[in-house]
Order: sequence, then structure tokens, then C-alpha cells
Amino acid sequence: MADAAVTASPGAGVAGRGRFAARAARAVWPVLMVVGVTVGLWYAACLPMNVKESLNQAERAGAVIVPEGGQARRDASPWGLMAQNPAHLGGVWSQDRPRLPAPHQVAVELYETTVGMALAGRAFSNRSLFTHAWVTLSATLLGFGIGTALGILLAVGIVHNRAMDMSVMPWAIASQTIPILALAPMIVVVLNSVGISGLLPKALISAYLSFFPVVVGMVKGLRSPEAAQLDLLWTYNATPAQTLWKLRLPASMPYLFASLKVGVAASLVGAIVGELPTGAVAGLGARLLAGSYYGQTVQIWSALFAAAILAALLVGLIGLLQRVVLGRMGMGR
Amino acid sequence: MPQAAAALTEGAALPAGTGAVIAARGLDLTFRTADGPVQALSDVSLEIGRGEFVSFIGPSGCGKTTFLRVVAGLEHPTGGAIAVNGMTPDAARQARAYGYVFQAAGLYPWRTIAGNVKLPLEIMGFSKAEQESRVRKVLSLVELDGFANKYPWQLSGGMQQRASIARALSFDAGILLMDEPFGALDEIVRDRLNEELMRLWAATGKTVGFVTHSIPEAVYLSTKIVVMSPRPGRIIDVIESDLPAERPLDIRDTPEFLALAHRVRVGLRAGHAYD
Repeated sequence: MADAAVTASPGAGVAGRGRFAARAARAVWPVLMVVGVTVGLWYAACLPMNVKESLNQAERAGAVIVPEGGQARRDASPWGLMAQNPAHLGGVWSQDRPRLPAPHQVAVELYETTVGMALAGRAFSNRSLFTHAWVTLSATLLGFGIGTALGILLAVGIVHNRAMDMSVMPWAIASQTIPILALAPMIVVVLNSVGISGLLPKALISAYLSFFPVVVGMVKGLRSPEAAQLDLLWTYNATPAQTLWKLRLPASMPYLFASLKVGVAASLVGAIVGELPTGAVAGLGARLLAGSYYGQTVQIWSALFAAAILAALLVGLIGLLQRVVLGRMGMGR
Repeated sequence: MPQAAAALTEGAALPAGTGAVIAARGLDLTFRTADGPVQALSDVSLEIGRGEFVSFIGPSGCGKTTFLRVVAGLEHPTGGAIAVNGMTPDAARQARAYGYVFQAAGLYPWRTIAGNVKLPLEIMGFSKAEQESRVRKVLSLVELDGFANKYPWQLSGGMQQRASIARALSFDAGILLMDEPFGALDEIVRDRLNEELMRLWAATGKTVGFVTHSIPEAVYLSTKIVVMSPRPGRIIDVIESDLPAERPLDIRDTPEFLALAHRVRVGLRAGHAYD
């Protein structure tokens, strides 16, 4: 569906809108198809993943299972167990702590911790995913803002200053080769020791991941004007600042938006990773960590999906902004 | 580049008294490339007087565009001397002595036609009111009055090139340098624009340097035709046109016109004899 949205040209008028709707309708089927197949495979995968625990429960409830006794089944092949006990597989999709929760279990958990709690008037209670999503989102947005600003500034420096051109990019690349999981606790500890805690350390980790795609994209974007375009401004005796504002920055907009889409997703990852070393108090990262401490797989998966939905919304929002801005700039086609 | 620097200093002192707007003497330019040096200009000497329309014609690689770029300060000669309005090309550029029209219109897609024409005026610091009145004036000069608020993609290629000429005219420099401005347009549009350019030149009295591949275009437009030849780029012939100032399109069928075109063709062929 995203493809249809991108290729439909803005300002194409009523006829264009009709074509857009038709194209969107045609795009729906493949998407539904993929979703359907994925969900089907997911349900199927629950069988081998959860079969042993399911048979244990059935045996405790009095059913006759082949072979008898959990001990005997421990090292058996899940496929063999499934073949031998076809009548007792119903439990694989309804356990409390399954190895792999079924899609509907995750969906129910997601619903209950978001809409369900909102309907009960507790939209922002401590158990609500809205609360945790907002904690993560605020760090993501702050970090994304810092990272984007830093990325643009560095790119402007790289394009205008030969020393920066030679020196900054290797460091920027090196910075991204360090696993963020190793770096995040250090950032949190160091900032905490100078009295900075809460939102800012998480935002900085998030900025650390998101500045990079912006630097790379903007360097390319700021250099995208053709030689003739730069020559033209040279004949006007334009200053470098005028060249930047009137030519380089507007010309770089398509590159900026492409970078922002990558950057905002990286920001979200950074904010989630930044929540892990803080003792898992709040945020989607905290939900993931707490879930894995207590074996709450359904909670882990619902937090994962919440993060994915959040990322999709953020990227979609930037895509929308991109269409509006580039459309208005006459660069949407 | 001490040699080039010396040449430019000498250039600053070149004859300002002769009345030539552009004066080049013994101009050399060698590009250093990965495949060794390429001599783009060799011993080019030329004078262009005020109000002349001078065409540069020759095959690719003959240095006609390079010469125009040297006049504009976009390239720097490695030998010889050149003066534009009695100054070095760089000083002339800083004094905004010329408008330059490139082969591609190069309009900014994010600006309207008026906004594009306004670009040099904004950079040069004209007042808002002055910008508006100048934009209106030059757009009517190139007959794009109704298109001020259109975007480039809404215009045909010929109209875009007219807008780019308007942009070069907007700050009213005395010299107009045009590098194959109609090269990418079809014959019919080209004829119309040539006629229009003729009218524009008569109305504004600018000194024009015009690079082209087309013999009829060069002969139709020019008061002086400079025939060039490649490897190394040099001047083969300078032809003063004796055609009348008033030139309808069908002047191209007169014997005088054909004689001039023939002389240009002979010059071009002589240049190719070395290949």
C-alpha cells in the first residue's frame, strides 16, 4: 500500500484520485494475502513450539499421552509427539506462558493493555501500554530531534569544510560499528554520575543512532545540485550561505526525508535499548525486559508489536510529511 | 599557478581604451586530466565591441564553451590575457557584468517562474519593490507575462529556456553570455526563439556572446561569427556579417545569407582537415 501512496502524484486532480483509489484497492489484496500467510504460519509454528507443555498439561488433567511421563517426552522430537497425540494438541494455542504465544493471545493482550484499559478509564495506569509507549515515544522524539539537527549540522560542515570532509565521516562510521547494547549502559552510568537521568540519557542514545543516516543522506543531498546549478550561482557572485539556503538545502529535501525515515526507526530502537539498563522502570524496553525476567512471553510479544506499530506510525507520518512538502516544492514526481 | 596569476594581472591592464567590452590576447588554457594535459584553448585573440552579437561555432571540443566560461570567470586561462569591461573576468563577475544562460534552463522546481527570475535579484540584494517590477518587465520582454505563478514543470522546454533568459536579463548586465541555449529544442521552437532573441537584442542593446552548433543560427543572429576548430581549440576565421540589422526569418534564403553560411562551412571544414 505504501507503494501506491508514493507513486500517486499529488495534484493529479479528481481523475487521479479515482485512479489512486483503484490502485489502493488492487494493492490491498497482496497485502492481505501476505498477512494471512504469515498468521497461518505463525499458528502452525505454535504446534511444535508448545507441544510438550501442552501434552504435560493434558496428562495432568488425566489424558493418556504416548509416551507416558514428561521425563520420557523431554528429548523426544516435537514432530513425533504431534503425530502420536493428535487429539491433545488443542492446548498449544491457549497456554499462560507459551514458548510461542498464538497471534490471538498477543492481540488480546495488546487490546486489554491499551483500548481495554482506556475503556476502563485507566488509559495511563502503570500497566497500560499507552503509558509505556509514551515514555518511549517522548525519548524517541527528543532523540530524533537532536540526532536530525546534529546530522544536518555535520553534513553542512562536511560539504563546506575540507577538513571536516576528510575527518568527520570516518568517525561517524566508526561510531556506528560499536554495538549500541555495549555503549548504552555506559552513557546511562556516566550521565547519571553527573546528575543527568530520566529522559535525556535515553534521548542521547536515540540521537546517537539517528544522526548517522541523516549525515549520510544530507551530505549526498547537499551535493546533489548539478555543476551548472552551482556555476549559475557563481556567476551571480553568491555567497556560500546564499548557495546553501537557496540551492543546496531545497535540493536536498528528497534525501532528507529518505534519511528521516531510517533515522526515526533507529531512534525508536535507541530509546528502547536505552531503557534496558535503567532498571526497567517504564517504557516499551522495560516491558520487554520485565517480560523476559518473569517468562511472560505474551507480554514480550505485545510490547514488541507495540514498538513495531509505533515505528510504522512514525515512518508513515514522515512519509505523509514528505508527500506534502515535496508536492508543494514541485519535487513530488 | 604563478603564470596564470601574472597573466591575469596583465589582463587587468589590457586595452580599456579600444572600446572593446571583451578583449582576449593570446589566450591559452590547458586542462590537467588523468590522461595527461588537454589543450582547450590555444592562442585565442579576439575583441568584442559594445552591442555586438558574436557567435562561436565549431565542433565539440573546439573550445567555444571554454572561451565563454573564461569570459565568465568560470575557468581561468593558463596563459595570455583577457579583460571584460576593462577588468579581470573575476572582477567583472563580482561587478555582475554579465548574465549567463546555460544549455539546460536549470530552473528550480520549487520556485515559480517569477521566483526563478527573482533568484539573482534576491542574491544581489535588490529591494522587494524593485524585484517585483524587474520580474514583471523581463517576463513581458520574453513574452511570459501570464506565467509568473506557474511552476517550471507546467511549461514547455522552449518556455523554460525563455524564463532562463529572463533570469539572465533581470539584473540588467551589459553582457549576455549564452552557451547553446537552444541546443536541446526542436527546429520550429528554435526558429521562434531565434527571432525573439533578435528582437530582444535590438531592444536592449546588450553585447551577446552566443555558442552554437548550428550554422544557420549563427549566421542569422550574429554581427560577427567566430569559427573555431578543435585539438587544440583555436580560432580559424572571424567573419563580419554584412546582413542588415532588420532580419526576418526568410532572410535565410537570400544569396547574401547563403554566401555567409558557405564561408562558415568552409572554415569548419578547414578545421576538420587535421583529423
